[in-house]
Amino acid sequence: MSDAMPMFELQSVNKWYSPSFQVLKNCCLTVGKGEVVVVCGPSGSGKSTLIKCMNALEAVTDGRILVAGAEVTTPKADLPALRARVGMVFQSFELFSHMTILENLCIGQEKVLGRSREAAIAKANLLLERVGIAGQAGKYPGQLSGGQQQRVAIARALAMDPVAMLFDEPTSALDPEMINEVLDVMVSLAQEGMTMVVVTHEMGFARKVADRIVFMDAGEIVEVAPSETFFAAPQTDRARAFLSKILPH
Amino acid sequence: MKGWNWQGFFEYLTNTYLFEGALVTLGLTAFSMTAGLILGFFIAVLRMSRFRILSTIASLYIWLFRGTPLLVQLIIIYTGLPQVGIKLSVIQSTLLGLALCEAAYLSEIVRAGITSVPRGQVNAARAIGMREAQIMRYVIMPQALRLIIPPLGNSVNSVLKTTSIASIISMEELLRRTQVLIQEKFLVLELFVVAAIYYLIMTTAWEFVQRRIEARLGKAYGQSAMTGL
Ligand SMILES: Nc1ncnc2c1ncn2[C@@H]1O[C@H](COP(=O)(O)OP(=O)(O)OP(=O)(O)O)[C@@H](O)[C@H]1O
Ligand SMILES: [Mg+2]
Repeated sequence: MSDAMPMFELQSVNKWYSPSFQVLKNCCLTVGKGEVVVVCGPSGSGKSTLIKCMNALEAVTDGRILVAGAEVTTPKADLPALRARVGMVFQSFELFSHMTILENLCIGQEKVLGRSREAAIAKANLLLERVGIAGQAGKYPGQLSGGQQQRVAIARALAMDPVAMLFDEPTSALDPEMINEVLDVMVSLAQEGMTMVVVTHEMGFARKVADRIVFMDAGEIVEVAPSETFFAAPQTDRARAFLSKILPH
Repeated sequence: MKGWNWQGFFEYLTNTYLFEGALVTLGLTAFSMTAGLILGFFIAVLRMSRFRILSTIASLYIWLFRGTPLLVQLIIIYTGLPQVGIKLSVIQSTLLGLALCEAAYLSEIVRAGITSVPRGQVNAARAIGMREAQIMRYVIMPQALRLIIPPLGNSVNSVLKTTSIASIISMEELLRRTQVLIQEKFLVLELFVVAAIYYLIMTTAWEFVQRRIEARLGKAYGQSAMTGL
């Protein structure tokens, strides 16, 4: 992969959930290697759908999506192999509830990447330490707090050595006092140069690490701008209205 | 009035012919459950298929086998099929009938278990690159089992008793053997009570096993996981 090649490339992506409901409308977006992009917009605007399409968890109706140069929107694409390269973190954590924390981190490494048990455990422990969950490896997800679960979910994604990470409102389901412990992990990831696409309304996080902001409304990418520009001078009325609602005055 | 014959009763309670009949009943139950589960799993998967034809075929199968008595199914298989050139022995007919019928019931249990697994778990498994078969094996089935095990245990109890229907095509399980003895000795009440006791022993023993399994499962999944977070 050359540095010039974008990590994600969305070319005129359209998606209909039903013949009468178009959820994505002609979405175009390019995310460079090492870039951090925050996606925001009103509820129901299609943010989750957009990033699920980027990881082929949802199919597009037409248009093309390329991840590190490989097209995920052709029928020929080996979707599991493509998905394995991109990490994904969900609003509701989605740790495997019947597995211990350690098993959660090992299952993909062993069954998808074919790593040995020892190598998988070593990597898992390293990552758990990194996200501050060392010592809980033997517990089940239900025994951890939301913030801890979400950090484990990040570690599980990182265990696959992803080339990029997608986050869908990773802190929306968390109690306020746990939001920062998750954001801190994400900030450090961003600072290490991980390519990230983050759906979030945490504008503090966006200001701090986002290179660009993507503003969506009603299935359209309405505005894409460097974060300083976006916050200081949103170009569209829709973005201004949205910002005035979510930012404290 | 002959009254109750205690001596005859105790004799039959320890009769090896009947005891073997009970073993056959156990064997039929184990087979029906195993074959029914395997077949039922595939029917459940078909039933949930995106492809309309496949799910319709599965629905028809379930409709047919749950909508008709096992008694009728067995008679059709054993007595009716030879008419179109398919001759099956008593034991073949019994095994086939029980497996096909149980599969219909068990597939619904399996399906309920599978659909109980939150969609997000599948997405999470896909997101780390797992393939559909791996997701089924490592993520969906283990979680579905939590929900499946209790009704499955109840199915074992009911199949233990249902196997007695095979006596109608002279399958030599517990009930059939009881009837054979009755024709020889005419101790009707004593023999049926003995048969009832055998069934009770088997269902009670199973209940004990089932409780052990459920307790172990509870531990394995961790308390919080059992209660669904
Ligand atoms: N599987 C689906 N089938 C039909 N409609 C769907 C499906 N998933 C989402 N939608 C609809 O598509 C629209 C966009 O959904 P999406 O989840 O992408 O929005 P979002 O921007 O992430 O919203 P939120 O901020 O509430 O998470 C919504 O109106 C939603 O109801
Ligand atoms: Mg969403």
